[in-house]
Amino acid sequence: MAGAADDMALRMRAIESLLIERGLISEAAVDRIASAYEHDIGPLRGARVVARAWSDPQFKRRLLADGAAAMAELGVGGFVAEHVVVVENTPTLHNMVTCTLCSCYPWGVLGLPPAWYKSPEYRSRSVREPRAVLAEFGVELPPEVEVRVWDSSAEVRYLVLPMRPAGSEGMSEEQLAGLVTRDAMIGTGLPAAPAPAPASDRAGA
Amino acid sequence: MSGLSDAIRDEPSLPRSNGELVFDAPWQSRAFSVAVTLADSGLCAWEDFRARLIEEIGAWERDHGPEAEGWDYYACWLAALERLLTERGLVSAQELTAAECRIAHEQAHEHDHDHRHGHAHPH
Repeated sequence: MAGAADDMALRMRAIESLLIERGLISEAAVDRIASAYEHDIGPLRGARVVARAWSDPQFKRRLLADGAAAMAELGVGGFVAEHVVVVENTPTLHNMVTCTLCSCYPWGVLGLPPAWYKSPEYRSRSVREPRAVLAEFGVELPPEVEVRVWDSSAEVRYLVLPMRPAGSEGMSEEQLAGLVTRDAMIGTGLPAAPAPAPASDRAGA
Repeated sequence: MSGLSDAIRDEPSLPRSNGELVFDAPWQSRAFSVAVTLADSGLCAWEDFRARLIEEIGAWERDHGPEAEGWDYYACWLAALERLLTERGLVSAQELTAAECRIAHEQAHEHDHDHRHGHAHPH
């Protein structure tokens, strides 16, 4: 395996150095992308979007009508050719996102996908037996809740707007964002339950 | 089921931290970033890259079956990138092999050089 990985590392260096030598790309541009996705762009962006939607019904309406435009209000930009559609969970509907053909994912909002999202197993089983996959992620839904699976494409990526957890009334947007997990926005998880707020938080410190 | 459950177990429970490890090796980060840079700059449409990625993943799954061991997502990614570039005539297979040869020699030379410095020319 190490040999194959070394071969791929060498091949990648060859590709990059040829493209740079020819002036087709610049090393700085590649560095910028690598750094953004490794350090800056992560699911916290999506969590802020969800927290705003939970706190501001007008924003939520705009988000569901045109995800990209509403997210741009928060300075969350999409990736090239990426159109993010936000799908809302309700007491009777649970949404779950997959990409059966490759690994399309709302990068601009969630960063890069986790390893399992790219696995052949998740990509095939998420559409075939979504409830079983959800159960393996620890998400048990009552039988009356419909599960809808959204298959991403290059043009349309999906973000799940989870339900605001009970007991989160009165929490600030910042605190709400802390409840939103990446998996909740893929639909393979639920938001964290709010911890009882310490007295100092309630005083608005 | 071990593949998926292992992968889930390896995930941090609240993995929204920006410090999350997203690549297993530096070359995967470069492969990802070069493909995105090509799309961002308009040199290659993202859809053209994605179509080849789908083909590479599909071919791997046909050869190995969906539950098989040895799955390497970025191997498919790299193969798709290489095909896109060669099919577009942006680089040729021969040029890639020559560049690999040159880089491998440079790496070997750097190694020798460091080695000699370490012993014979302490600064």
